[in-house]
Amino acid sequence: MARMKFLCDADRCIECNACVTACKNEHEVPWGINRRRVVTLNDGKPGERSVSMACMHCTDAPCAAVCPTNVFYTTADAIVLHSKDLCIGCGYCFYACPFGAPQYPKVGNFGSRGKMDKCTFCAGGPEADNSKEEYEKYGANRLAEGKLPLCAEMCSTKSLLAGDGDVIAQIYKERVSKRGYGSGAWGWQTAYRENIAI
Amino acid sequence: MLIKRQERQTRRSNLAAAIGNQNGGLDRRSFLRKSGLAAGGLAAVGALPLATVRKAEAAGPAVAGATIRKNICTHCSVGCTVIGEVSNGVWVGQEPGWESPISRGSHCAKGAATRELVHGDRRLRYPMKLVNGQWTRISWEVAINEIGDKMNAIRAKSGAESVYWLGSAKFTNEGSYLFRKFAAYWGTNSCDHQARICHSTTVAGVANTWGYGAMTNSYTDIRNSKTIIFMGSNAAEAHPVSLQHILEGKELNRANVFVIEPRFTRTAAHATEHVRIRSGTDIPVIYGLLHHIFKNGWEDKDFIRQRVYGMDDIRKEAEKWTPEEVERVTGVPEAQMKRVAEKFAKEKPSTLIWCMGATQHTVGTANVRAFCILCLATGNVGAPGTGANIFRGHTNVQGATDLGVDVVTLPLYYGLVEGAWRHWSRVWETDFEWLKSRFDTPQMMNTPGIPSTRWHDATLLAKNDVAQKDNVKAMIVFGHGGNTVTRMPHAAEAINKLDLLVVADPHPTTWAVLGERKENTYLLPVATSYETSGSRTSSNRAIQWGEQIVKPIFESKDDLEIFYLLAKKLGFEDKFFKNIKVNGNLPVAEDVLREINRGGFSTGYCGQSPERLKSHMAHQADFDMKTQRATTGPNKGDYYGLPWPCWGTPAFKHPGTPLLYNTNLSIKEGGGTFRPRFGVEREETLPDGTKRKVSLLADGVYSKDSEIKDGYPEFTLGVLKKLGWDKDLTAEEMAVIQKINPTTPDAVSWAIDLSGGIQRVAIEHGCTPYGNGKARANAFGLPDAIPVHREPIYTPRPELVAKYPTLPDAKQFRVPNIGFTVQKAAVEKGIAKQFPLICTSGRLVEYEGGGEETRSNKWLAELQQDSFIEINPADAAERGIRDGSWCLVYGPEMPSGKVCRVKALVTERVGKGVTWMPFHFAGWFMNVDQRDKYPKGTDPVVLGESVNTITTYGYDPVTGMQEPKATLCQIRAA
Repeated sequence: MARMKFLCDADRCIECNACVTACKNEHEVPWGINRRRVVTLNDGKPGERSVSMACMHCTDAPCAAVCPTNVFYTTADAIVLHSKDLCIGCGYCFYACPFGAPQYPKVGNFGSRGKMDKCTFCAGGPEADNSKEEYEKYGANRLAEGKLPLCAEMCSTKSLLAGDGDVIAQIYKERVSKRGYGSGAWGWQTAYRENIAI
Repeated sequence: MLIKRQERQTRRSNLAAAIGNQNGGLDRRSFLRKSGLAAGGLAAVGALPLATVRKAEAAGPAVAGATIRKNICTHCSVGCTVIGEVSNGVWVGQEPGWESPISRGSHCAKGAATRELVHGDRRLRYPMKLVNGQWTRISWEVAINEIGDKMNAIRAKSGAESVYWLGSAKFTNEGSYLFRKFAAYWGTNSCDHQARICHSTTVAGVANTWGYGAMTNSYTDIRNSKTIIFMGSNAAEAHPVSLQHILEGKELNRANVFVIEPRFTRTAAHATEHVRIRSGTDIPVIYGLLHHIFKNGWEDKDFIRQRVYGMDDIRKEAEKWTPEEVERVTGVPEAQMKRVAEKFAKEKPSTLIWCMGATQHTVGTANVRAFCILCLATGNVGAPGTGANIFRGHTNVQGATDLGVDVVTLPLYYGLVEGAWRHWSRVWETDFEWLKSRFDTPQMMNTPGIPSTRWHDATLLAKNDVAQKDNVKAMIVFGHGGNTVTRMPHAAEAINKLDLLVVADPHPTTWAVLGERKENTYLLPVATSYETSGSRTSSNRAIQWGEQIVKPIFESKDDLEIFYLLAKKLGFEDKFFKNIKVNGNLPVAEDVLREINRGGFSTGYCGQSPERLKSHMAHQADFDMKTQRATTGPNKGDYYGLPWPCWGTPAFKHPGTPLLYNTNLSIKEGGGTFRPRFGVEREETLPDGTKRKVSLLADGVYSKDSEIKDGYPEFTLGVLKKLGWDKDLTAEEMAVIQKINPTTPDAVSWAIDLSGGIQRVAIEHGCTPYGNGKARANAFGLPDAIPVHREPIYTPRPELVAKYPTLPDAKQFRVPNIGFTVQKAAVEKGIAKQFPLICTSGRLVEYEGGGEETRSNKWLAELQQDSFIEINPADAAERGIRDGSWCLVYGPEMPSGKVCRVKALVTERVGKGVTWMPFHFAGWFMNVDQRDKYPKGTDPVVLGESVNTITTYGYDPVTGMQEPKATLCQIRAA
């Protein structure tokens, strides 16, 4: 079984936001909900780097660990999905998620939290694949069509990669070895310190 | 816990059960729409090895029930393929165009959101007019009738020249060509489009240097470069998909990437070095680089001797630009200049990429010339990885420029001379004398029109200051924003004064709301690029055929149909569409392209028949990404999109020219030489007063397989005869040539020979039809034959004006250009003290141009909700402005007491004393929200202040280019 992962090559990401609007386009995500967004660090300064963020589909997902109604499940492709039927919109997963992935639509005049929405790795939800119900609640199910998430497929610089973790790791490894100046990955220096010879 | 197994069998039975289908496969869209079922398209990711999945993906979208249509993204000139899935006439989904050898599936924010453009939430739905200040729905019939009658009335009273034709870079090539032809049949050369404010100075500067005004190489070719300079280009935001090739090339070649800019852009963030310069000092920067290059002998001496004219004049000028003077004027230290110069000259191939940061200046043409000269001095033209890579801004701004939506030429750069008119009247099969009779006077036929930057001057100036019968009284605006031209307060006044305003656009645009009009204002809903079929020319001169994805929505009409209806109303539709089939009211785009092919010899637009272009689109996968050449299939040997020049008739099967002026290839395989466009020799006066004649033809260098082993002039029948090659012409070709000029057939040239025979024979002998000349470092004939630094009109450094003044006042393009007087007054009044901040402008990745389309797109609008100004932390602190707070911005030409209200973005991206604003916003005008002036439901999601409310006077003498990139402003906290 494949273990699906995203990887954003920070040396290539130019904050063009194609991933963001591709997601909106594919799933008709409403205004105010951002399943994916681009985060820029050191904006406007030397060392500026951007990285596209969404649900990282954690192996041991903190959201699932804290959810009081147990809405999360991991598919055979290691994608973390959830059931909106069971979600109570408490927002506890938002506390737990290190990436700010869970989103909550505004409902009603006073309520601020509807049922949680997040990146599905373009794999829909518990309903039957490509059913009307699934589309309305979770958006398109590209994986069931044999396609990968549209955000990565449309990335302008092939920075955002999505797919089997082993394969994208291999692609990334080849890039890094060809560049010969470190990975450019966000967090590299934190992990290995600046003075490490690569 | 729920576990959903993504396994083939399980799902198939589920789906089959759900819809009762025994074939077992379907996709979500056909299911959702219940519009028929088909097998296939469901590869289970979990169950299949990844290799299989990738193969399914490479085969393209396999969506059953939905029709797949290919078009080209409308938002920049890279030419990304847009794949639309259409079901029941609705564009239901967008898929990556993997097979495109240019975009390879990629998009930026705009391209990935482009489907929203035809959802049409905020589109203009039907024709409207103002009745006593109120928008009122009317029918197309009424609209065309009333507009035609009013145009005729203006024509009768003020003359044909009083109607201004403002066209669009969003036209297809066919739309562009018909629009230019329409202005000709109406009887004016005042016909312009966005290229004026985009790359008009590039076209003029580059064409004056080596022959053709276009990108020499291509986006994908930059993969070969070892040194890349971006000057006044922020491609990461303006052309994001180009960065795919540039960043990968940079990684593989370990290329040097320099971004020379006043601002630390998102492109600079990915460069190897950012060189911060003062706005408007590009020429001193280039001379600063050349100073080091010549001093150290890093120039390419053989290249200069064989292929360049007048480099010694440049050498002399560069000597004056000592490192100290360069630093004093531009702010760049010597060591940095030397480093950039050395890498550009020695780590070759090197390329120079530029955009509006360079072109939009009073010295725009000279800037561009300086860039070309840097490429020439270092031998960086005419080979892979080199060249002047000019990134243009719209899908078809290159095509619209080529097809003459311009004030100085008929289609394809034939100019406005009598010979040009006679050539096109032969192609159109329309009587030359009749065309002449359409103009106010015969002289006006050969007189350049008024540039789009000056339409409001031509409306508001005293009648006798405008060199035509009367002022501009009517603006016919097709697909052009009203907020992209500088001096908006002045334009707003002019809008009020017009007798007729027609806005034909998918959106009402700023034109509809800027003035205080009550009557005589029409809005015509026009289809977007995706609702029309036709060809588009990308920046790299490649032409792609886009198919209509869906029919025009609401009551929108195709541009071509509107031209037909208007021509019919004005009574010349028979002449106009003589050789173009019209289905109902819609002219056939393919026939229009065939007419372009028949007349397009000068620029090599003659070989790209609709059939060939469609075949390229259908077989995109056959083309190699790096070389752009088809390695297999029916188009084997062709370069993708048959980049012009594609010589001869379509039957000649020229493969197109991927790199201009590349002598390493034979002409037949896409090679080329510099074009001797300015004579074959020139008389020079030496310092002692003696005169000598200097050849302008190439010296001992020629393209591969050329039978003439030296420079040669352009081909005519006479030249063929001298060489004895005229015998190779067929009898039919000879007959056509004889018919073109029965008295002196020898004078018929490669450009006006409608048989294509002269081109064919020249190319069979390995020669370029236009000749083999030298590029001009000294472009005699231009106001500045060699680039000369001139301070911006509103300069923050008034002490430099005495040494580097702008050119004297003059009359250009029918109107006065009083830049010198304005600059002098600004210095005397101490404007730089009152307005101490440099104001410059640029693009955001989410929006495009005037922004009406993109600000109306909710997926994009959500990402940029406010107009803002970038200000350095030091300047912000002095003014008590906090990041994210409102601030008030005002410029030296704004009415006294008026301000623009924008958000402050406090950032080190801009240096101290510099501010930057995106130019896409409109709908707030000098602190007034104009939302309720739009017809109901058509207001863009996001409105904001336009930077062009603040920008000021200043025009390039060669093209009338405006000056939005180097002016002054002041800011205070709101």
